[in-house]
Amino acid sequence: MTTFTRRATLGALLLTAASSLALTAGTAQAEGETITIGYAVARTGPSATGAGITTIPNYELWVDTVNKAGGLKLPDGSQKMIEVVEYDDRSSNEDLVRAIERLAAQDKVDLILPPWGTGPNLAIAPLMARFGYPQLAVTAVTDKAPEFAARWDRSYWMLGGGHDYAKGLVDVLAAARDAGTINNKVAVVSVADGFGIDLINGARPAFEAAGFELAYDATYPLGTSDFATLLNDAQGSGADSFVAFSYPPGSFGMTKTAQSMGYNPKVFYVSVGGAFPIYPGIADGNAEGVMAIGGVDADSPAIQDYFARHTAFVGNPPDSWASAITYASLEMLAQAVERVGLDHAALAAELSNGTFETVIGEVKLEDNQLRDLWWVGQWQGGAFRAVNPGDKAGAATPVIPKPEW
Amino acid sequence: MIVTTLILGLVLGGTYALLALGLTLQYGIARIMNLAYGELTLIAAFGLVALFQQAGISPLLSLLVLPVLGYGLGWILYQGMMRPLVARSDGTGRLEVDSILATFGLLFLIQGLLLLAFGANFTSISYLDRGVSILGVSVALNRLIAFGICVLSGGALVWALNRTTWGLRMRAVALTPGSAPLVGIDVNRIARQGFAIGTALACVAGASISMYQTFSATGGVIFTMKALVIVIMGGVGNVPGALIAGLALGLLETFVATAIDPGLTLAATFTIFLAVLLWRPQGLFGARS
Repeated sequence: MTTFTRRATLGALLLTAASSLALTAGTAQAEGETITIGYAVARTGPSATGAGITTIPNYELWVDTVNKAGGLKLPDGSQKMIEVVEYDDRSSNEDLVRAIERLAAQDKVDLILPPWGTGPNLAIAPLMARFGYPQLAVTAVTDKAPEFAARWDRSYWMLGGGHDYAKGLVDVLAAARDAGTINNKVAVVSVADGFGIDLINGARPAFEAAGFELAYDATYPLGTSDFATLLNDAQGSGADSFVAFSYPPGSFGMTKTAQSMGYNPKVFYVSVGGAFPIYPGIADGNAEGVMAIGGVDADSPAIQDYFARHTAFVGNPPDSWASAITYASLEMLAQAVERVGLDHAALAAELSNGTFETVIGEVKLEDNQLRDLWWVGQWQGGAFRAVNPGDKAGAATPVIPKPEW
Repeated sequence: MIVTTLILGLVLGGTYALLALGLTLQYGIARIMNLAYGELTLIAAFGLVALFQQAGISPLLSLLVLPVLGYGLGWILYQGMMRPLVARSDGTGRLEVDSILATFGLLFLIQGLLLLAFGANFTSISYLDRGVSILGVSVALNRLIAFGICVLSGGALVWALNRTTWGLRMRAVALTPGSAPLVGIDVNRIARQGFAIGTALACVAGASISMYQTFSATGGVIFTMKALVIVIMGGVGNVPGALIAGLALGLLETFVATAIDPGLTLAATFTIFLAVLLWRPQGLFGARS
């Protein structure tokens, strides 16, 4: 209606897109008879959701648990309370790197905990290596973990790579097909973004090698909110198995759409988000049989105790994929400090070679990587149970076909 | 196949158009380019979920109540935050720049408050999540409701703007805010009404979105972007334009997803958007000025 609208609206678009720029917040702490632990995590911005589910609650739970027990134990038997220095990286890697630099150079914290996400962990890896801090990169999924572990020898990669998860899933499906439960066709959709691309690139050759036919294979852009068309086509493909390499909004959206349109494949698999505690609510109580990435040994007393403590402290249960591993990495750190103290070189050596007692059982890293992981889980009787690798202790038997919604 | 694409596309487009209605009204009448628009929809979305989960209030009832509260919120926002900007701009283009900057700040303020109140978790409820068959195509009932609300509120708005004296005053302010006072129109009052109705519509959109879509406190920008694209395509401030552009976008995305590749939906959207900006910068339905 006016002449200056286009300029203004374009400016608006630019500003909106620039909403990831910003400031650093936080407070420095005074030195004292405490151990200072610093971390920069996304309190705001697009990564805040992931960090708010998997990373921050576990850091806070762990610090609270340790401090209530009198503090971190040191080799001489003394105990020191943990003091936290926290920065909000506003989901921006530039801010994150600045915050890590500040933690190391200015705040001179004793230990630094990693941020949430693959990209952020890669972004700070060179810096952490330069300052010599051990980096327990838990929430980083990458097939290049062996390379990274070799390049930065104080970095630890604890969530496997896309190929691992894809292969685990193919194993589960192949076993079901060989048993005659499902047909040879798979309908697979994937989000066109980092992790989704990794997974589908790992899955295509694995499906082919196992003799599966990809009856429907489509990608969708990040931010897609309507899945009716995708699922309609997947349903029409005649495949018994539906596989989505998706992020939480997509996993949830597809679940709801599949329910409302009455799409009942024998296998329904979603990726990130499927192991979240809110998933059964999103599936309207019909999550039974849905498969997803991750999983826990739901019968293990350590896991049950961890779930109970997390629920009491945070207000909701943890997710059943990376949460327990995040917590386990912190337990490893505490035990390593107890054995060798705060010297970074000694600490790094202990993390690489030591064996640790954690909520996910006994952990020993191989070449700085945690390989003893669960790849596929399934909702069974209200818990998200790990089903693959099937020969690992605590694995549940997959239920295929999945009951109808 | 064609029928499926058509129906799914129309329903999707309806939800898009509903999202854009409020923004186009706020800009068209109050001249405020509201970058916090997505956050305003989120307030309603969280409000509906909170009322549903804590107090057991039916989302359909919330759909009626939240827009009224939204109108009040918009009224207060305009009076407290936008009015000073309008007053010092003297009817120049400065208001646009100032309002963009001010609402950009408001975006973070609301986002922070939402994070504080509701946390960073993904939020989603299941309500009326069952399929309804339309000409053999299964459509989720909650999306259908959103489509219905879009047609109703959009239609009512178009009718009111074109057929009532109130609408005449609105259009007068939208077209020539400088001369409207000459015929006895209280520009401030009309602009405030336009902004408040826009906020109420944002609440309608947010409340209906919360019934079928997963959202989190940090996702408002996505809604703002989508609404902006539709508003610009339809012609800024043009209500029927936004309706048609929204529907067209839904149809386009669904068509591209079925006939070509689902990976290209976003690319197709922005190709059209770019074409509109290059060749019809006033929007598909905007008048050349």
